Amino acid sequence: MSSFIKLFFKITTTLFLFVYCINVFAEYGLNFPEPVTENARDIYDIHMNTVRIISALLVVVFSIVIYSIIFHRKSVGYKADQEFHKGVFGRWAWVLVPVLVLGVDLGIAGKAERVLENLWLIPKDENMMDVKVIGHQWWWEYEYIDHGVTVESRYIPKEPSDDLYLRDVDNRLVLPINTKVRFLHTSADVIHSFWVPQLGMKKDAIAGYITETWADINKEGIYRGQCAEICGAWHARMPIVIEAVDQEKFSDWVAQQKNIMLAKAEEASSDKEWSMDELMEKGRSVYNKHCSACHQLEGEGLNPVFPALKGSKIVNGPLDEHIKIVLEGKVSTGMPAWNNLLNELELAAVITYERNAWGNDTGDIIQPSDVKTSD
Amino acid sequence: MTNEAVLHSHIEHAKPTGWRRWVCSTNHKDIGTMYMIFALIMLFLGGASALVIRAELFMPGIQLTSPDLYNSLVTNHALIMVFGAVMPAAAGMANWMIPLMIGAQDMALPRMNNLSFWFLPAAAIMLVLAFIVPFIPGGGTMVNTGWTLYPPLSLQVGMSMDFLIFTVHLLGISSILASINIIVTILGNRAPGMTLMKMPIFVWSWLVTAFLLILIMPILAGAVTMLLFDRNFGTSFFNAAGGGDPVLFQHLFWFFGHPEVYVLLLPSMGIVGSIIATFSRKPLFGYRSTVFSMMSIGLIGMLVWAHHQYTIGMSLGAVTYFMIGTILISIPVGLMIFNFIATMWRGSMTFETPMLFAIGIILMFSFGGFTGVMVAVIPGDIQYHDSMFVVAHFHYALIPGALFGLLAGVFYWIPKWTGYMYDEKLGKLFFWTSIIGFNLTFFPQHFLGLAGMPRRIVDYNLIFTEFNVISSIGSFIYGLSHLIFLYIIIKTIRGGKKADGKVWEGAKGLEWELSSPPEFHSWSKTPEIK
Ligand code: HEC
Ligand SMILES: [Cu+2]
Repeated sequence: MSSFIKLFFKITTTLFLFVYCINVFAEYGLNFPEPVTENARDIYDIHMNTVRIISALLVVVFSIVIYSIIFHRKSVGYKADQEFHKGVFGRWAWVLVPVLVLGVDLGIAGKAERVLENLWLIPKDENMMDVKVIGHQWWWEYEYIDHGVTVESRYIPKEPSDDLYLRDVDNRLVLPINTKVRFLHTSADVIHSFWVPQLGMKKDAIAGYITETWADINKEGIYRGQCAEICGAWHARMPIVIEAVDQEKFSDWVAQQKNIMLAKAEEASSDKEWSMDELMEKGRSVYNKHCSACHQLEGEGLNPVFPALKGSKIVNGPLDEHIKIVLEGKVSTGMPAWNNLLNELELAAVITYERNAWGNDTGDIIQPSDVKTSD
Repeated sequence: MTNEAVLHSHIEHAKPTGWRRWVCSTNHKDIGTMYMIFALIMLFLGGASALVIRAELFMPGIQLTSPDLYNSLVTNHALIMVFGAVMPAAAGMANWMIPLMIGAQDMALPRMNNLSFWFLPAAAIMLVLAFIVPFIPGGGTMVNTGWTLYPPLSLQVGMSMDFLIFTVHLLGISSILASINIIVTILGNRAPGMTLMKMPIFVWSWLVTAFLLILIMPILAGAVTMLLFDRNFGTSFFNAAGGGDPVLFQHLFWFFGHPEVYVLLLPSMGIVGSIIATFSRKPLFGYRSTVFSMMSIGLIGMLVWAHHQYTIGMSLGAVTYFMIGTILISIPVGLMIFNFIATMWRGSMTFETPMLFAIGIILMFSFGGFTGVMVAVIPGDIQYHDSMFVVAHFHYALIPGALFGLLAGVFYWIPKWTGYMYDEKLGKLFFWTSIIGFNLTFFPQHFLGLAGMPRRIVDYNLIFTEFNVISSIGSFIYGLSHLIFLYIIIKTIRGGKKADGKVWEGAKGLEWELSSPPEFHSWSKTPEIK
């Protein structure tokens, strides 16, 4: 019998070691990445609190079951205690166990409740900055409401062996540190979810809703996340990259963005007559950036979800229809309406490009003014 | 006609033979067998789709599938496992065992029993169509939404979505009919003296489950019908552009979906309870409190659905309610598991395959339950939600909680069903390979979730590689172990050591008083219960 007791203790110590290991692992990369906001830190603490409690309970459950397996077996001659469930314990366990479980529950919930309030209620703060986050299939649009700046953020294709494969974007969401930022989430199409683990936030972006979260980043750096709600074919290609910088750098960045936007608007509103080459050049970059996720770089589409534009009847047919579908999109398919997302010059360029690239050979040149009239 | 008269007219009919015996069957045992064979086929289909998913996730990059095919496999894997494998298997065991256990001649409504089974193959054909139409030119896009079918994404999908909606309708009708039958049988056809509080725990678990099903299936059917109308008839229930509300669908879906988890869980817990008592040679500890915890699980389970939707932007009050309600479910679940452990305690245990599974279930389901408390706690769930952590959690809850319970039930009862003992060595081999494979598959996924890997992505960054490799290897061990299971079943059906009526030394209950296998019409003489 004593050898069994030894075995029993061995098993329990192993289990305790195991739990201890979980805690150690927790510090070295098998756990959440480093939190960089107060909220993420609180979430981390709640997480560790619950992990510790359940690990302890798990050890208790495992120990009892293993003890029982070792000692209460027929092969060692143990006779079943047919009266066990009739004793005091048997009669009162139905009260005792729920009370104990309730106690543990309250311990877990009580601590969580305080953090929850902090996460959920957006603090009142004069210097709060608002960023509207709009989910699109399959990119993010960030509108800096207080600064009049809009940024489009798309995934950059890379090789799977690249460190930043599926985790890098062309334009980052630049945010100042030590500033309370309120995020307002919505969607232009299906549901997406904005998740950046190090900021301790995840919120769904739903068409027709505006949901809110907030963060106050306390450390400069680059923080990566991904869309967390399945949103169609390229759900895996919606990275989020936040660049947290100090206040000064942030102001510089805003000014720079404003200049870029101004230059773009100026170019678009000039009455210039654009040449085929210029439009093709511009059109290619607009196309590759905005349309290639669905229609593919060579216009071959992705059967059966996204039609090929190479050789398409609409693209090689009457101009009106082509312009119409690009401007207005098509409800309940993935094709977005582009009239509010691109300016006239970009629209004219991309339509020209589609009509003259990959062997499409209409020879049509579309000027910004052509697109304007059909708007 | 009284029950007695119906019975006699039945018995006078000779046992039908050939295809009629099966297609026109009104016999609870034959229908039960058909349910289980159907479930077994679906288990392999669902498992195959899971293996394709894991093979795709073996390495970064898209190798085997395309993004939409991947999403379609994710959707089909879930639907097949939930509606095709687990629920029919549990219904099959209910069909086989409940009449034997309560001393009834057959199910109360035998023709309806036939109907509720034959809806299933029809539903399966619809489901297969939903999967294959996109491969036919002009067949539209694949169902790429996951089994949750959230609009607006499900409004974008091609006609395969409509097929899927009809699948859900058929499955819903089938479950509701089966549930009505089970309730009527249990409440109306018990042998004299078999009071409610003397019923075996498996019968109780199904009584609660059947009520749950009747309450929730219509909600799902309604929700997908609204989806059908939005898609085809220009309504805007869920379309924000038309004044609808995409989140409404989520509420309806999870109002069904959360209790559904208990629909999957409870029958298996009934099986585990019976097995533990049998192999501990001791009555179930806390029979009454187990019954009441099953009822409270059902009741509280109906009231906490929105814990699947913590990130949709509900008010603080709402999320607090859902969090606390969810955590409270740990009370009845904890009590139930405690009772099982207390049944083992001071028992005289032997460890045949069903008992091995039962003990494995207690340990691993406890773990899944504990991570369930983690995901119920909102500050934490902000991180876990829609990540691989959740995938790990619910597989730890559902594979031990539902699937292993059913497998244990197969080993426990197959001697009764076939009259032959299964091969104990192979049974144990199957247990160990599947347990090891299972843990290897799903344990690493917790870490993936914590590190920031979302669920339902076809492709991922290098930082997630190691754990995905382990998980994929584990999944193949786990998946292939089921070939052993299949072999055991076929071998047992074809013969072997003859089983006695009372197969297991410690077994108690009416079903063990009949021969193995029982006569085609059992209990033609109603038993007396003292
Ligand atoms: C989110 C995916 C997506 C993006 C991005 C997208 N499209 Fe589309 N597009 C579609 C889908 C889906 C259709 C098919 C609509 C239908 O069912 O008729 C389509 C159809 C079209 C058609 C009609 C083709 C035909 O033969 O039916 C044109 C032209 C077109 N898109 C142009 C564009 C342009 C220009 C852009 C970029 C500015 C773009 N699309 C970006 C998804 C997309
Ligand atoms: Cu998305």
